[in-house]
Amino acid sequence: MQTRSEIKGIPVQELKPPEALMQQIAEHKGCGTSGGSGKASCGSAAGQGDLSPEIWEKVKNHPCYSEEAHHHYARMHVAVAPACNIQCNYCNRKYDCANESRPGVVSEKLTPEQAAKKVLAVASTIPQMTVLGIAGPGDPLANPEKTFKTFELISKTAPDIKLCLSTNGLALPDHVETIKKFNVDHVTITINMVDPEIGQHIYPWIFWKHKRITGIEAARIITERQLLGLEMLTAAGILCKVNSVMIPGINDKHLVEVNRAVKSRGAFLHNIMPLISAPEHGTVFGLNGQRGPSAQELKALQDSCEGEMNMMRHCRQCRADAVGLLGEDRSAEFTTDKIMAMDVRYDSASRQAYQEKVEQERQDKAAAKQEELAQLAGEHSDIKVLVAVATKGSGRINEHFGHAKEFQIYELSTAGAKFVGHRRVDLYCQGGYGEEDALDTIIRAINDCTAVFVAKIGGCPRDTLKAAGIEPVDDYAHEFIEQSAIAYFKGYLDKVKSGEIMHQQRGDADIRQGAFVAA
Amino acid sequence: MAYKIISSQCTACSACEPECPNNAIREKDGTYIIKPEKCTECIGYFDDPQCVAVCPVENTCVIDNAYPRYQAAV
Repeated sequence: MQTRSEIKGIPVQELKPPEALMQQIAEHKGCGTSGGSGKASCGSAAGQGDLSPEIWEKVKNHPCYSEEAHHHYARMHVAVAPACNIQCNYCNRKYDCANESRPGVVSEKLTPEQAAKKVLAVASTIPQMTVLGIAGPGDPLANPEKTFKTFELISKTAPDIKLCLSTNGLALPDHVETIKKFNVDHVTITINMVDPEIGQHIYPWIFWKHKRITGIEAARIITERQLLGLEMLTAAGILCKVNSVMIPGINDKHLVEVNRAVKSRGAFLHNIMPLISAPEHGTVFGLNGQRGPSAQELKALQDSCEGEMNMMRHCRQCRADAVGLLGEDRSAEFTTDKIMAMDVRYDSASRQAYQEKVEQERQDKAAAKQEELAQLAGEHSDIKVLVAVATKGSGRINEHFGHAKEFQIYELSTAGAKFVGHRRVDLYCQGGYGEEDALDTIIRAINDCTAVFVAKIGGCPRDTLKAAGIEPVDDYAHEFIEQSAIAYFKGYLDKVKSGEIMHQQRGDADIRQGAFVAA
Repeated sequence: MAYKIISSQCTACSACEPECPNNAIREKDGTYIIKPEKCTECIGYFDDPQCVAVCPVENTCVIDNAYPRYQAAV
C-alpha cells in the first residue's frame, strides 16, 4: 500500500494534531472523545442537556443541528454554487426536472445579489427562518467567490441570520480562515469513508491541482483533505456536522469506523443518510442497481454509532434551494421572478417577537414532557415500540392522516420517547385517484410501527391500518408529541401486563426514494 | 485550434469558466461557450485541457473539428 508521502507531486500535510487538544475541544462542545464515554445527549438532543451555554446558543435555533429546533425553526438554502470538484457515484448533475428533489438538484441558480434579496424576502415572510445555508448544488468551496460574496451581503443586511455551509471537504483546508472571518459557525462535511480502498467505489474522480485524478489516489486525497479540514474547524471553534451516505455493501459496515474517526477529531454531530438511487436519476448507483438501505438497516447503524456520539436522524436530504421547515419546501413561493417583484421590508423586531413566542411554546412542551415522564418513573420493561406521528410542526400531533406528507418516528420505552427518524410518504389525499395504492405506500413506509398518531383519520384508512397491525390513534389530537407518546406507552404497558394485548415485534419498512418535497 | 462545449449536454455548472487559463469561456443563454480564437487547448499552461478535466458530464467539452489543432508558437 502506498503511504501518504508517496503520492506523486502532492504535498500532504500531516494530520495528527495533539490528541489532547482535540479532547479538550470536544469536551468543550459537550461530547467527550475518550472511548466509551460518548454522550448520546449531545448535539441533536431535545434540550440544552449538558451542552455548554455557548454551544447551546449556537444550536438551539438551528433546525439541522438540533432535532428539537427542527419542529420550530426553518432554514433556507441558496443555490449560488453550481460547480463541483468531486464526482460522486450517487450524484448526477445533469438531471433536472420540476418533480426532482434530492441534493445536487435545483430549479434555478442565483447570483450572490439575487441570493441576498431572496434571503431578505424569505426572512420577512417566514419569521422563524433562522438559518441560511449554502449547499450547492455543487460544492460551495469549489465556488468560493460566489459563496463568500453571498455571506458578505447577508451578514450586512440580515446580521441575525446564522450562516452555514455544506461541503465535500476537498477544498476545505484552504478556506477555514475565511469561513471563520464571516462568522460561519456551522459547517457540514460529507465524509463517506476514511479508507481509500472503499472510497474508490464511491468517487470515480476528483479535480485537484489542475488534474483529473481517479481511483484510489483520488479517494486518498479526499479523505486526507476531509479529516484535515475537520481538525482545522475544530481548532477554530466552528461546529462541524458530518454527513455520511449509507451505501449497503460498500460502506455500511465501515461507517462505524468513520463515526469513530470524526468523533475523535471533534465533530459535533453525525448524520447517516440512506443512499438515494432510483434508476431514473441516472446516477452510477441508480443505473448499476445499487440499492439503498431499509428503514431498519439505517436505524440499526445509527443506533450502533450512538454510543459513540450523537446522531442526527431528522435530515430530509433537501435540495440546494430548499426553503422552510425541514420536511416542507416553500421554494416555489420564492422564485427569482417573485422575489424581484417583492417589496421587502426586513423587520428584525417582529422576527424577534415571533421567535420569543416560539421559545415560550418550546418551554411549555419540555415541561409537559417532564411531567408525563415522571409518570413512567419506577416502571421498567424491555419493551420498545415505534410509533409514527403526523405533524406539521410546533412539536404537536396536528396533521390529518390523509394530509401527511411524511411521518415522524418515535421509539418508546420506559426511558421515554426518542425521535429516531421520519418516513416520507406520497400524498394520500390526491383528489380521488390511486388512493388504495397510496395507502399501501404509507403502510409500507411505517410497517415497523405499532401505532400512528394523527389529528384526524377517516374510517376507511382506519380499518386498513388496523388490518395491517398498526393502531390508528387520534386521542391526542393537537397535543404535544412526546408527552402524548409517553402517555400512550404507559397505557400500552398496562394493557400488556393485564393480558389485554400481546406485545409483538413489527417487521421492516421501506425508505422512499428521493429527498423530501412538499407537493 | 479549440475545444467546444456541446450545449445540449452542458449543465451550466460554471466549473470550467474559472479554470480556463485563457479566459475563453463565458456564459451565454443559459449554457457556456468557448471562444475558439482564445482557446489554446491549454497547451503551454497545463498537461490536460482544464475544461475537459473539470466537466462533470463526459464528452461535453470536445475538440471542435471546425478549427485546426492549436500549435504552440516555437
